[in-house]
Amino acid sequence: MGDVFVWLNDQLLRMQWLSDLVTLLVRDGFGLDPASQIGGSIHFFIYDVIKIFILLSVLIFAISYVQSYFPPERTRRILGQRSGLGANILAALLGTITPFCSCSSIPLFIGFTSAGLPLAVTFSFLISSPLVDLASVILLASIFNWSIALAYVTIGLVLAVLGGTLIGRLKMEDQVEAFVYQSPVSDHDNDGAISLRERLAFAAGQVMDIAHRVWLYVLIGVGIGAAIHNWIPEAFISALLGQDKWWSVLVATLVGVPMYADIFGTLPIAEALVQKCVGLGTALTFMMAVTALSLPSMIMLKRVVKPRLLAVFIGIVTAGIILIGYIFNATAHLFV
Amino acid sequence: MIIKILGSGCKKCVALGENAKTALQAAAIDAEIEKITDVVAISGYGVMSTPGLVIDEKVVSTGRVLSASEIGGLLKNK
Repeated sequence: MGDVFVWLNDQLLRMQWLSDLVTLLVRDGFGLDPASQIGGSIHFFIYDVIKIFILLSVLIFAISYVQSYFPPERTRRILGQRSGLGANILAALLGTITPFCSCSSIPLFIGFTSAGLPLAVTFSFLISSPLVDLASVILLASIFNWSIALAYVTIGLVLAVLGGTLIGRLKMEDQVEAFVYQSPVSDHDNDGAISLRERLAFAAGQVMDIAHRVWLYVLIGVGIGAAIHNWIPEAFISALLGQDKWWSVLVATLVGVPMYADIFGTLPIAEALVQKCVGLGTALTFMMAVTALSLPSMIMLKRVVKPRLLAVFIGIVTAGIILIGYIFNATAHLFV
Repeated sequence: MIIKILGSGCKKCVALGENAKTALQAAAIDAEIEKITDVVAISGYGVMSTPGLVIDEKVVSTGRVLSASEIGGLLKNK
């Protein structure tokens, strides 16, 4: 039984077969030694790009199908029935399965707030949505392992719940632009009318949409990963981001926060960093900083909240990410 | 009659606009189709998932690309 799981895990998730095929291609097709610098980078690039696109297509399809049952209107209704910490936890969980990209953060924020959901709940949702999704769990399990994947999800959800709760405690309702509260609430919901065929078509459409949106980020991410993997001297990376350097987590955060990329583009960079002996916490911090906060989403949010609330939001999430980095670095031996 | 397509310019919004045009032609209705692309304006209709369809200031669909015949049905109910 255990052997079967290991085999499935290696072949389906880690795609050992693909790695072997690419090794053959690099050695016999290109006539390069896969262990050499050039051969190694080419192997890393081809293998990672194909693996990420296969996983991305399968995962987005499955997740979009589930998502078609949870349009934002329904999420809002479910959340409106709860209160307190339970509502925060539920918001963080629903954030993982609700369709989301930074372009929809404003409509969601306005829709939730005008319907009377507390800021605490809305922010738990806003933090969890880009940070944790089901696809990222499987990808983390594929690139690292299951314990790291589960730990990432758990701390991501904890960050969302605590961050939201903290923002709620600060009573910053007056920091939301007034027009938000005056927006009408439409409870139009198509859910009952959607057929199975439409859900499948929606899922297929999402795969195309997302692949179209992220392919460049994936190529750039894998390219940077391949460069880190084979070309940038380990001494340089470890001097900047090494496990024994106290500032490594801070550097990773500072670089990651303004950047805008998808988790699919960030993972190969994190993968290459960890292989170069960068602390696991530092690599995860970088990933979280890139996905949870970005300049475009801040510029959008600025239209609906006043600067103080925006600053508090950025501050809390950044502090949380840094803390998570240090905790993971201190406990990395439990996961690898 | 005024028809509004809510959406920040994604492919689906364009498709919904095309279907609405076809539906109007089929029903021989002369109506104006307006595209609302500003996110704050879209939120002004209380809509969270785009594309959205608004007929005479009433939200009739969100988050889906309706087919021309579905839109035709909605037009008839007006």
